[in-house]
Parts: sequence; structure tokens; C-alpha cells
Amino acid sequence: MTGAVETALRARIDSGGKCLVPYITGGLGDDWLDTVRAVASAGADVIEIGMPFSDPVMDGPTIQEANDRALEAGVTPQTILDDLRHADIGVPTAVMTYGNIAYHMGFERFANSLAAAGVSGCILPDIPLEEMGEWALAADEAGVETVMLAAPTAPDDRLPLIVERARGFVYGVGLLGITGVRSALAASAVEIAGRLKSVTDKPVLVGVGVGTPGQAVEVSQVSDGVVVGSAVVQRMLDHAGPEGVAALVGEFRAALDEA
Amino acid sequence: MTMAEPTESGRFGDFGGMYVPETLVPACQELDRAFREAWGDPAFRKELDHLLRTYAGRPSPLTECHRLGEELGCRILFKREDLNHTGSHKINNVLGQALLAKRMGKTRIVAETGAGQHGVASATAAALFGMECVVYMGTVDIERQKLNVFRMQLLGAEVRAAETGSQTLKDAVNEAMRYWVSAVEDTHYCLGSVMGPHPYPWMVREFHRVIGDEARKQCAELLDGGVPDYVVACVGGGSNAAGIFAGFADTGAQLIGAEPAGGAAVGRAVPGIVHGSKSYLMQDEWGQVLEAQSISAGLDYPGIGPEHAHLAASGRARYEPVTDEEVVEAFQLCSRTEGIIPALESAHALAWIAKMREEVAGKTILVNMSGRGDKDVNQMMDVLGS
Ligand SMILES: Cc1ncc(COP(=O)(O)O)c(C=O)c1O
Repeated sequence: MTGAVETALRARIDSGGKCLVPYITGGLGDDWLDTVRAVASAGADVIEIGMPFSDPVMDGPTIQEANDRALEAGVTPQTILDDLRHADIGVPTAVMTYGNIAYHMGFERFANSLAAAGVSGCILPDIPLEEMGEWALAADEAGVETVMLAAPTAPDDRLPLIVERARGFVYGVGLLGITGVRSALAASAVEIAGRLKSVTDKPVLVGVGVGTPGQAVEVSQVSDGVVVGSAVVQRMLDHAGPEGVAALVGEFRAALDEA
Repeated sequence: MTMAEPTESGRFGDFGGMYVPETLVPACQELDRAFREAWGDPAFRKELDHLLRTYAGRPSPLTECHRLGEELGCRILFKREDLNHTGSHKINNVLGQALLAKRMGKTRIVAETGAGQHGVASATAAALFGMECVVYMGTVDIERQKLNVFRMQLLGAEVRAAETGSQTLKDAVNEAMRYWVSAVEDTHYCLGSVMGPHPYPWMVREFHRVIGDEARKQCAELLDGGVPDYVVACVGGGSNAAGIFAGFADTGAQLIGAEPAGGAAVGRAVPGIVHGSKSYLMQDEWGQVLEAQSISAGLDYPGIGPEHAHLAASGRARYEPVTDEEVVEAFQLCSRTEGIIPALESAHALAWIAKMREEVAGKTILVNMSGRGDKDVNQMMDVLGS
């Protein structure tokens, strides 16, 4: 069965558009849900909700700081899910967090909590394919779509295994590195998009190192769209407010639509 | 029981595994293959052996500590890793990994360090092999281990501050992993303990096994073919403990890991996933990793290597806490009675003996004197107010 994340992305792709998935740090600021809703109205197809973890090894300074601020303000997985449960967002959401948050709660309980809060997908960047079994079982059972990451370092024979296990979309990692805005798109971004497109019909989105509308357009010539994290979160850290964050997302939407 | 190879998925019982970002999976798999191949290659073993003898100063002696033993009411033997080049057991692992990195065609190593001993050892090996070296160290540790920072710089390494979180060892590991994610093609991550993703816990233990193998022979000579009643080592990530335990796991000796009370991962026995493996981990009710608190920078770590979690769960080894005060006491006692200033880390093992005086009365105890205390003298001047 196709889940809400994949359905939303396919709808965009089928209408000839490119997908836009902004990342919002859960619980960052009292108005974070307003930001999520504003970002949905500004043209996000799916919204990734970061659930802060104390040791985010895949994240650069911007998302680390957002994590720390949220954690200091007392944000927990439960407060985020409670907030989301009552939010009327209008587009599907996918939680991105680290393995221990899910493991500690118990994979089954965590997967069920996501589903109960209306969250459609989940990304656990430190649970690679080899360690995915137990989580995948729980997520499938709960109807939560587990997005899989595929990195530029993956040999050719690994990619088919990754896309096979992916639900929702396949997340191509745009560069060798952690999240953060870079001045130019890495060549590896287009490359991983191409390699993934050649082995799957599932939506292929590229993230990590996609920080400007121009970079989003560039990689989307090959991919089905982008995930934009640090650039969006930086706006939140700068207290741009829901409208300010939504304005940036609107710029990405416009650029992708014009291309 | 023996300390054998982990399963194919890198597990010791329920613990271990390879919980890393997708970017690093191929690198870990490549390292696993390269290590297996090198470890089975007599030429590699011979070269490492040669380095350990002619560069690191192995074998390290076994010293019987009569005055300390008298003081504590038992027979105490020190395995003198403090006499290795660079002042701790860390050099065993680093020479192995650097040699392996070179064999794999890597030109740079990145390392994390707490007390600075692993950083110094890494910088040393990099200098020896003509490799670049980047060392991450928490800002708090940079302050309390200034001498080692300067040593690393003298050795040509670049020391970078880990300014996030608790600004200690756990954060230095995060930063080193982030660096590795970005530079994985030409860089080897020289992890400093028996932690991290497979194959590190196994590989690092094998590189330290020499401690236990030597000690087993030395004990046999001294004890008429016998083994000590206890083998005691301090435990941060657990590399010096794993190395010495490996020589005695198949004997009747009791294996004891001394944890800092403020970093007692096994004491709390809650499994978790961080830094590449599943093991016992200090964490809050939501799975956020807690900050360890220890007087010793090298043990200021909220986790423990997965094989130790397995040894604890299976009952083969005991892990027990000692407090900073008990450690300071033991640090002074050892200095005064033996003329050996121990590393604060190693003093945890001594503190355990002092604390368990009744249990160990009259017994023979082998202690891994994992390092010397020169690096801690500044800090102890403040603590002791002299
Ligand atoms: C002398 C000494 N002993 C022990 C340790 C702790 O490491 P492990 O638990 O891996 O032996 C350190 C770490 O810095 C050290 O310097």
C-alpha cells in the first residue's frame, strides 16, 4: 500500500512538478506549529519534522544549534507528537530523528506513537540498511513509511537494496558530509540523483547541501525534488517567524515551478 | 569463555552492530575486510610486532607492588602500560590502526581524545608514518589537559575544539565522526577505544590483546603457572580493560572494570544506541544521552564498549563504580608507596581495590596500570590545593 508521503510526492511528480520537502526542527519556538502550517501553505509537499537528539552526528552547526535550543526549552519526543496530533497541517509529515530516540521508547511503541500523532513517515539516519530489520518491521506494521538514505559512497550493488527497502521516497545524500548550507551544489548531488533514478521508480529527493533555490533547481533537473534543511532552520534560528520561514520556502517553490 | 570474534553483524550477544550514517557504511565494511586480511597476514603481524618492540617499548614489565599491597592487604601486580612510549596503553591500538590505514592507502587520520592520551598517541603514529592528523578534543578537556594539547601540536597534529554539548569526550567523538563523514575517502578514523561501529570494538580489542597475552605469561612465571584471583582495569570506553581481560577471560580470574561513579554506564544497565553501536548508555527517560561527570577526562564518557556490556550481561565481568574522592585518595597512595604516579584513569582501578579491601584481602590482583600521571599533575595541584 502506498503511504501518504509517497502519494503526495507522486501527485506533484505526476503533474509535472518537482517536490519540495522542508525540514523544521520540532518544538523550536512557541510558534513552531504555525511555521509548519505556513510552510505547508507556501508549497511544501511533505514536511520533515526534526525530533531533537543530544548527539546528532549527521547534522552540522545550524541544526545542532536548533536541537540544543529546543532541548533546553524542554522539548521531548512526546511534546512534539502531542503538538502534531492536534495540528491541522494539510500535508503529510515525516519525523527525522536518531535511532536511540526510537529504540529507547521501543521501536513498536515509537512507530505506533508516530502513527497516532498523524505522522506518515520516519527517517533514522544512523540506522542503515543492515540494522534496519527490527525497526522496519515495526514501522511497516504501524503503517509508517521509512525513508532510506543513499549516499554517494554506496557502491552500485548497494543502491538497489536501499531503494527496495525505501518507503515514501529515497533520500539521496547530496554530498560527503553533514547537513549545512554550502556555497555551491556538490557534483555528487546530481550524480547520486542520477544513479538512484536509474534503479528505482520511487520518488528520488536529494538533500544535505541543498541550500538555495538555485541549487534546488540544479539538482532537480535529475532528481524528483529536494529536501531543504539548514537554510530553513537558520531562518527559524534568526526568529524570522512563520511568515519569514514560509517566504523562503515560497522562493524554493517558485524557483522549482519556474524551472 | 573466551573473548572471541563478534558475529558477522558485529555483535557480542545483544550488543554492538554498525549504527552509522549510510555514508560511512561502505567505509566500515571496507575496514572490516582490511582488518581481517591484515590480521591474518603474518607480514602485517610481524611489522606491528616490530614496532611495538622497537618503538613502543614492549613488552611492558609486570611489577609487584609490595608496599601498596601491604597497605591494602593483598598482593598487587601492575601491568606497566604506563611505561609505553607516549605514556599509556593507547599506543598499542594506534600503531595497529595507523599501519592498517597506511595499508589501505589513507593519507590522514582523524581521532577523538578525552584525556589527550589517545590524541597524543595518534599524533605520534601520524608523525612516524608521515600522515596528516586531526584530533578533536572537548573544550573542557583542552583546558584540563593543556600539556597534552601542546604535545599533539608539537607532534604536528591539528587539534580542533569540540565546542558542542558537554564539551568532553562524547562530543569529540561526534565531531570526529562528522569529520569522517566529510572526508571518508582519504581519511581513516582512528577510534581510541573498544567502542563505535563494527569492526572497531573488535579490532581495537585485538590491538590491545597484547597486554593480556603478555600479562598471562608474566603472571604464570611469577605465580608458578597460576593466574591472579582478580584482573582489574579502569573503564571509559574500555580498551585497556578489554586488552587485559582478553588474556584471562578463559581462566578463573575475576574480571573487574572500575567505572567512574559519574559515568557508570553498566551500573545503570540501560541499553542504547550512540556512536555506532548498541551498548549500555547513560541517558534520560527519552533516550537523550546524558553527560558523564568524572575527575578523569579519559573516563568522562556516558557509554561503554559493546563487548563489555556483553561481559556484564553474561556475568563474566563485574563493573563497579568508584567516586572521584576515592580516586584522588588512590592516586596519592600509589604515588607515595610505589613511586609510580598513576594516570587518574588508572587510579580508578586502584580505588576499586581500596574500596573492596575486605573482599580482596589476601588475594592476588593484577591491575592494568594503563597510563602514567604526568598529564594529570597540573590538575591534581589544583585539586589538592598545593
Ligand atoms: C591512561 C588511560 N587509561 C584509560 C583510559 C580510558 O580508555 P579505555 O577505557 O578505552 O581504556 C584513558 C583514556 O584517555 C587513558 O588515558
